[in-house]
Amino acid sequence: MRRHDTIAATLLSLTHAFGTALVSEQVARRPGLLQAFDPRVRVIGLFALVLAVILSHRISVIVALFVVAVLLAVLSQVNLKSLAIRVWLMVLLFTSVIALPSVFLTPGDPIVTFPAGALHITAQGVTTAVLLITRVETAVTLTTLLVLTTPWMQILKALRAFRIPQEVVMMLAMTHRYIFLLAETAAQMFESRQSRTVGVIAHSAARHMTTRTGGVLLSKSVELSNDVFLAMQSRGFRGDAKTLSEFRMRSLDYIGLLSFLLVGVVAVWVGRA
Amino acid sequence: MHIPDGYLSPSTCAALYASAGVGWYAALRRVKCVFTTRLIPLISVFAAFSFVLMMFNLPLPGGTTGHAIGVTIASIILGPSGAILSISIAVAIQALFFGDGGITTLGANCFNMAIVGSLMAYVTYRLVAAGAAISSRRRVVAAAIAGYLAANTAAFVAAVEFGIQPLFFHNARGVPLYAPYPLSVAIPAMMIGHLAVAGIAEAVIAAGLVAYLQVADPLLLGNTSGLSDSATSTPVFVPQKSLRKLWLTVALLMLLTPLGILAGGTAWGEWSMSQVSAAADQKAIPTTSHDQAQPSSPPAGLQRLCSLWTAPIPNYAPEFVKSPRFGYLLSAMFGVGMLMAFSLVIQRILQRRRTAGQP
Repeated sequence: MRRHDTIAATLLSLTHAFGTALVSEQVARRPGLLQAFDPRVRVIGLFALVLAVILSHRISVIVALFVVAVLLAVLSQVNLKSLAIRVWLMVLLFTSVIALPSVFLTPGDPIVTFPAGALHITAQGVTTAVLLITRVETAVTLTTLLVLTTPWMQILKALRAFRIPQEVVMMLAMTHRYIFLLAETAAQMFESRQSRTVGVIAHSAARHMTTRTGGVLLSKSVELSNDVFLAMQSRGFRGDAKTLSEFRMRSLDYIGLLSFLLVGVVAVWVGRA
Repeated sequence: MHIPDGYLSPSTCAALYASAGVGWYAALRRVKCVFTTRLIPLISVFAAFSFVLMMFNLPLPGGTTGHAIGVTIASIILGPSGAILSISIAVAIQALFFGDGGITTLGANCFNMAIVGSLMAYVTYRLVAAGAAISSRRRVVAAAIAGYLAANTAAFVAAVEFGIQPLFFHNARGVPLYAPYPLSVAIPAMMIGHLAVAGIAEAVIAAGLVAYLQVADPLLLGNTSGLSDSATSTPVFVPQKSLRKLWLTVALLMLLTPLGILAGGTAWGEWSMSQVSAAADQKAIPTTSHDQAQPSSPPAGLQRLCSLWTAPIPNYAPEFVKSPRFGYLLSAMFGVGMLMAFSLVIQRILQRRRTAGQP
């Protein structure tokens, strides 16, 4: 990577956030199984399945839950190819790097001994590596399904239903909104700097430029916070957040909730130690 | 440092959710008192800023690049409570909206980065920068040390969480069920990267932002500076040169006070009882009063009231000083000293009241 590509790398990170948000909005609009459920059911149901994945001690049960996750993805019109590249491959690479040494480092019954005699692949090591990879793959797939099929505002409404303080939900909503504004501002600053760059920026100069951009963004953020506060006050905000609850549970939602919980409970029961 | 789902056992996750919950509750209560209605926009925008800052690809000394957490600058500007909330919100959005970091491990991630990181950053910054002026170079160094320690302490806590998994959570065959490495492996593996890269990234961004704010927006650093209101505003908004000029001017004026002796006569309307009665003044006063005739005897009110208060240093001439010039100079010094003492007392009282008013 060339030295001044740090600007490009930052721009890539910033635009990646926009890309993720757009994909999420698009998938959430498609007619699918998960999208048909009440957001509260989606949040509770998928969280229950993630919990089941973590509570389960058997690889077979975790793989079964992975199959359930793939089925849910197909029925919710989530693109499997995109899921494979964005989630499965990335998680596999990341978790494998972490899990692979455990094959050798975990004490236990040797199944392969290398000629030197000091290095063994143990049965326990292989099991723990496979367990970790399948567990993380399945949990991340389920979390991604929630993120992809549920618009952010619906997740927030679901959180309100779980008695999370209104201030916290409001802060989550506002933060999400301003992330895109500040990310766009930062991207524009980096773009303008890059457009005026001829040749290679020295490493130290790139560092100073990045911290200065961060400083300007910080000043802009504080100004923005003051403006937002004044705008909220001018609309009568006195510190209490009031919201409308528009959720209505239908019979389909109850069936969905029971199904999720049933699958979760069965997985925990079968997958117990 | 974002731990995904699957690395920590459910009981570890529950314990860390509970610990983070205590931190969130305390921080929310504290921040509500400090910022009141400003709380929501301030924390929200700062959380958004921290989120975006985490995406910055920061070139580091040695040719590598790294990402900062943003917890140190949040602690320096908002204090630990505000930082705990804003970083937690940013971490929650990363998990719930961008799928970065797990849902079951959200409590652990918030505990490590938001709570441990904020507290370590705040305590270190306050200790190293104690008593330093806002514009002091020491604050930049303090921010760098705070950033380095905060990132590494958060990583160390995460490493301990990883390291205890095989110790407590394994099956009958000895298969670790979650993160597979013991403390002896997890701590060095986690710390090498953070000591070499992530900690430096946090230190560089924190120091760089503090240096920027010292020039561009020093007021933002006043909140957690530990200095009094006057101390935080004086070095920032009044340059040292102008203060020196002010003191020089005061000293010069004090030296020039004996010039008052050169002027003859008495200031109009400032006559004492003896001057009103004196024959010379009886003649001089009408010439400066549009030839208004003086009363034959001193006014009765003046006679009655003039003895009510006797000045300790009458006519700027202390009794023990024989030279009138030196008397004037001494009186000037005494007067300026009295005014300074008076203003300091008033300032102290106002500060105490302000501190007492704060919860």
